[in-house]
Amino acid sequence: MEFLNYFGGVFEPVAFSLLVGGTIGGLILGATPGLSPTMAVALLIPFTFKLEATQGLILLGAAYTATVAGGAVSAILLKIPGAPANIATALDGYAMAQKGEGAKALQVSFLASGIGGVFGVLLLIFLTPVLAQWALAFGPSHLFWMAILGVTVIGSLDSKSFVKGMLSGCLGLWLSMIGYDDMQGAQRFIFHDSLTGGINIIPALIGIFAIPQVIDMFSKGRVIHSITEVAIQKQAIGESMKLLGRNKRALSIGTLLGSVIGLIPGVGGQIAGLLAYDQSRKFSPNKAKYGTGYPEGVIAAESANNAMVGPSLVPLLTLSIPGSPTAAVLLGGLLIHGIFPGSDLFTNYPEVAWTFINSMLIGQILMVIFGIWIAGYAAKVAKIPTPIMAASVLVLALFGSYSVQQSIGDVYIMFTLGIGMYVLDKFGFSAAPLVLGLILGPIAEANFVQGSMIANAMDGPLAYFLVGPLNLLLVGLVIASIVYSFWSSRLDRASTEAAS
Amino acid sequence: MTSASPQASRLQHLIPGTLVFVLALIVAWLSFTAEPSAAFLFPRLIAVVLLLLAAWNFVRCLLGLSRVGSGISPSELKTIAPGLAIAALLMYVAAKLLGFYAAAFIAYLLVYAWYDPASHLDPGAWARRIGVTAGFMAIIYGLFAMLLQVQTPRGMFF
Repeated sequence: MEFLNYFGGVFEPVAFSLLVGGTIGGLILGATPGLSPTMAVALLIPFTFKLEATQGLILLGAAYTATVAGGAVSAILLKIPGAPANIATALDGYAMAQKGEGAKALQVSFLASGIGGVFGVLLLIFLTPVLAQWALAFGPSHLFWMAILGVTVIGSLDSKSFVKGMLSGCLGLWLSMIGYDDMQGAQRFIFHDSLTGGINIIPALIGIFAIPQVIDMFSKGRVIHSITEVAIQKQAIGESMKLLGRNKRALSIGTLLGSVIGLIPGVGGQIAGLLAYDQSRKFSPNKAKYGTGYPEGVIAAESANNAMVGPSLVPLLTLSIPGSPTAAVLLGGLLIHGIFPGSDLFTNYPEVAWTFINSMLIGQILMVIFGIWIAGYAAKVAKIPTPIMAASVLVLALFGSYSVQQSIGDVYIMFTLGIGMYVLDKFGFSAAPLVLGLILGPIAEANFVQGSMIANAMDGPLAYFLVGPLNLLLVGLVIASIVYSFWSSRLDRASTEAAS
Repeated sequence: MTSASPQASRLQHLIPGTLVFVLALIVAWLSFTAEPSAAFLFPRLIAVVLLLLAAWNFVRCLLGLSRVGSGISPSELKTIAPGLAIAALLMYVAAKLLGFYAAAFIAYLLVYAWYDPASHLDPGAWARRIGVTAGFMAIIYGLFAMLLQVQTPRGMFF
């Protein structure tokens, strides 16, 4: 119950203001189609430089939580999911809004998100110290395999093509090696002066996540988008709470599935929402009502996608393996403050770690309050014309990437990676494994080199890297993720061919 | 963002497939020839896997088996080209040459005006575009110059 000692930090004036600001800002950004939670958090990182580590993380954590929930606003009122995590919400949410139950859908959505989110963060609170303790037993070889596992799992789950998913991860690992080698001081792969200092993670994240979305917005051209917003009628919150109470099954399914899915690296909110929606429908006595404006659908989807947020940070905080692109961005936020997550985090920086986690718990409650309050306004923001969104994100990307090290080279790297990612994405490569490769590359290399030195002094690399139960378990998981990826991409291809 | 339909042609897949394969060849060659070799221990490992995967992907592209991804159609390229050109000019040239704020103001206005469905001959539309651009740049100045105290290159203007 150590976490109880650190609640005070959340309520310090600056920290609490950031929590409130991050929540409100996140709700608005989340409601804006085209601004994914990952991109929103990446663009916010430059604003944390002047803050203390705890304050910066509180801002990023609040934004992460609120953007996932905020995406429900545009999903319900405009039938445009603010983020992939809200796709399932739109199925019944918009139909409810069309029936004049928009306010009910929004209230139920935020209440379900809040309950799912609190459960997810409690899981984070109770699982993290246990796993962190377990992680103390990890040596260089285990950390090396963990880093490789992070890349292969994301490569297998986040890509429709086995070879392209793995290739994306390898490209990320290679990008992480550009610049000076820390141990030998040698130059590696420096093709341009801008690359001398290596690829800074923050400009890279901004480029990889923001620039392709800007170009996607360009691709819509000069089209007048007619978005019909459904009017919101007044609705007593008590009624929505009773409705939630009557739908405990959907809430439990969403919350439990979301939490479990969050723990699996790379699966993410989109799958959590859709899977919970599907399972809730399977177990419902009113299956036929799903898709017609049935509150159960909204409850299952929203409780799942927010329950996923807390557990998705468990691998990051315990093993320094970000389980999702947004967790990878949060890792960037930790690293710029000189904090390296992992087994030592709760020993060396307990105040930072626990205050951050506690802020996510309080953030869930704030998200419900502000979500219900500002949902109507957030929907208006979602109707901002695409050219304004594109121009705004472009300019934010320029200033955000420059401000990291005040280097024009970072701007060049950001934009070049962004264009490259747009092209690769169009041909089936994925951003998530590339980013994880980029982030986990230095961890993998440092532990590989350290492990090789130990291996040379012992029985050789084979014995060091491939012997022992933990090594074998991790190697087995790496192989399983690769085999699964290969098998599922073949299944996908077979079903596509059968359909055509 | 990735869409499986419509699928890109074999030729379209071959272009990125070839580029990635060539990149993998360069990475492998540099990893095994550059000195000191101790600094390239891990890069060699990654280069081998990268080369194998890139070769596999290249062969699949060559045989027309690579089908994931919608590719970029000529009409899409035509639509994004002006915005991309403005963005590239802003990032690679104008930001340093003109100054961050001046260049960003011009780029914002150009992107907004180009993709805005409102008439380019309507003075009211231009007043709105300039107003929105100025408002956004004022926020950016407040956030970066005043709050974060980021010193941006001033260039010819500001």
